[in-house]
Amino acid sequence: MAITTYLAASTRALAEEMERDPAVWALGEDLGRGGVFGQYKGLQQRFGAARIADTPISEACIMGAAVGAALAGTRPVVEMRFSDFALCATDELINQAAKARFMFGGQAKVPLVARQPVGMWRSSAAQHSQSLEAWYAHVPGLVVVAPGTPADNLGLLKSAIRADDPVVYLEHKDLWAAEGEVPDAEHLVPIGVADTAREGRDLTIVTWSGMRRRCLEAAGTLAAEGIEAEVIDLRTLWPWDRDRVLASVERTRRLLVVHEAVTVAGFGAEIAAFVAEHLHARLAAPVRRLGAPRIPVAYAPPLEDMARVSPEAIVAAARATTAPAAAIAS
Amino acid sequence: MNGPADGGPPPNLDRERLLHHLDTMWRIRAFEEAALRGLADGHVRGAIHPSIGQEAVATAVCLNLARADLLLSTHRGHGHTLAKGADAQAMMRELFGREGGTCGGKGGSMHIADFSVGMLGANGVVSANIPIAVGAAHAIRLRGGTEIVACLFGDGAINRGPFLEGLNWAKIFHLPVLFVCEDNGWSATTRTADLTAGEGAAARAQSLGIPAQILDGNDALALDEAARAAIDDVRAGEGPRLLHVRTYRITGHTAADAAPYRDAAEVEAWRGRDPIRRLADALAHAGVDAARLEEARTRAEAEMADVLANAAAAPWPAPEAAYADVQDIGDPAVRAF
Repeated sequence: MAITTYLAASTRALAEEMERDPAVWALGEDLGRGGVFGQYKGLQQRFGAARIADTPISEACIMGAAVGAALAGTRPVVEMRFSDFALCATDELINQAAKARFMFGGQAKVPLVARQPVGMWRSSAAQHSQSLEAWYAHVPGLVVVAPGTPADNLGLLKSAIRADDPVVYLEHKDLWAAEGEVPDAEHLVPIGVADTAREGRDLTIVTWSGMRRRCLEAAGTLAAEGIEAEVIDLRTLWPWDRDRVLASVERTRRLLVVHEAVTVAGFGAEIAAFVAEHLHARLAAPVRRLGAPRIPVAYAPPLEDMARVSPEAIVAAARATTAPAAAIAS
Repeated sequence: MNGPADGGPPPNLDRERLLHHLDTMWRIRAFEEAALRGLADGHVRGAIHPSIGQEAVATAVCLNLARADLLLSTHRGHGHTLAKGADAQAMMRELFGREGGTCGGKGGSMHIADFSVGMLGANGVVSANIPIAVGAAHAIRLRGGTEIVACLFGDGAINRGPFLEGLNWAKIFHLPVLFVCEDNGWSATTRTADLTAGEGAAARAQSLGIPAQILDGNDALALDEAARAAIDDVRAGEGPRLLHVRTYRITGHTAADAAPYRDAAEVEAWRGRDPIRRLADALAHAGVDAARLEEARTRAEAEMADVLANAAAAPWPAPEAAYADVQDIGDPAVRAF
């Protein structure tokens, strides 16, 4: 075990997979200089400009070329710079990458990884701060991954690169510098398996990405009050680990879903609905969701904070869910 | 090389080669006319976009490709796909949405692909195949292959961003791509000239430093020569080339479009430039037996009549196929959600 950052873990993941498989290559803007956050630093020197390709600012062509390159037998890793810019490549990801295998009757697969840094980070404002994971979870054909720790960024990026499906890979910008223990040996995290970040008996908090550490912080506060929250980091949103969530809520009988994205039609709605469908009779309190209000993310810090889910808000929501008054009359 | 309208065929006309082109053009025409009958009978369920009148583009480009070369096509791609070597029977079954279709009935006319002959897909989105084509060429480059990629698109496609992005990409990475703008004059149901600034596809390519030429898309002889030369250049590692081929769509945008927005005299004038007839005349002039020329048509029509009957008799795909080939991870067939 060594302590490393979320960013360095991703660099290591790509380097290991490029060493392992000559068909793996990366394409995007400014990769030769290390990428916009430095996550590609040193890779072009190590692997050459053909395999760490600097592209024009042509998001549609970056994604579309990756589709063609995947159909023609390589395993491209696409860098979209900011998830917001991936919207310039929506046709290529949604109409082409996600559907080619199906439309062509299974003649070919599209093994590509679309890395899209997400989330609020240092007054980045409305076009550099979004969390749109629910859009992608809605699209058949796509896999959606959102790691929340350095070890998971290592193990999940490696799994994503080895996957034969198009994977939307959402790294949180606010986590780049986050440190954590990472195994020295080969480390693969299976896609679709959640991580129980903290065990607890009183309620289940389901979260992912940058909200993992906020939820753990809130769980510490709650524990001091005698409320033991179980925190489940889904890590992947499609497929999501429904068994883990159902088993936990079966025990705790209370569910709070926390995500950074806008609450309305966020992925939390899917989790809440699924749990309500399967465990309605077991629930001791209404399922609760906590996310951003339906406002664009603003630039000024006090305004940006209005879109941010704080540990205090998580604590308040957990208290409300576990208060006796929250119980469902039966 | 000149066609008969320019004073007669050249003396060194390669008859066998051009008869193959003629046979293929008739097969494309007969396939699409059969598909139109299938549509009238209710067997073709979705939209089809016939390429009647544009057959010479398909044969000149695709018959000059090697089997291992890759092809990206469009929503109007039956001709390209047949000329690249796809099985007509499987294609007609695909149009009918039947078992044994090229894509198992899951794609239909607009999403036909046949990877066994290097045909990586038609596309329902105008211009979307251009980035895919350059990416396929990029993959060839990465693995040190010698194949090339041909990418056909319509005149409407040059007004979408992926055209600029893809051509720029092919040029800066010096990729082996032959771009072919199959200019039939119409962007769906609006005249492309009214929607397009400047001189069109060739001029735009040249502005990026990509060698391009404007060609008569209904002159199979000249087109064959030009396509062969361009493909040779691309294969020799000289980078991308673009052919701006002017032709005409005899039908409407889709088979259901009667195209009342067009001048009947314009359509008649283009019927008079029918590329199949022009090639047949050139071959006749070069001494090919009239019976052989007639046989090209009748044989194609007989083949496609059989193809049509076979498709109509084919079963529907099993309903469970709707769950297959979505994805491996999070496969909906494993657990219905």
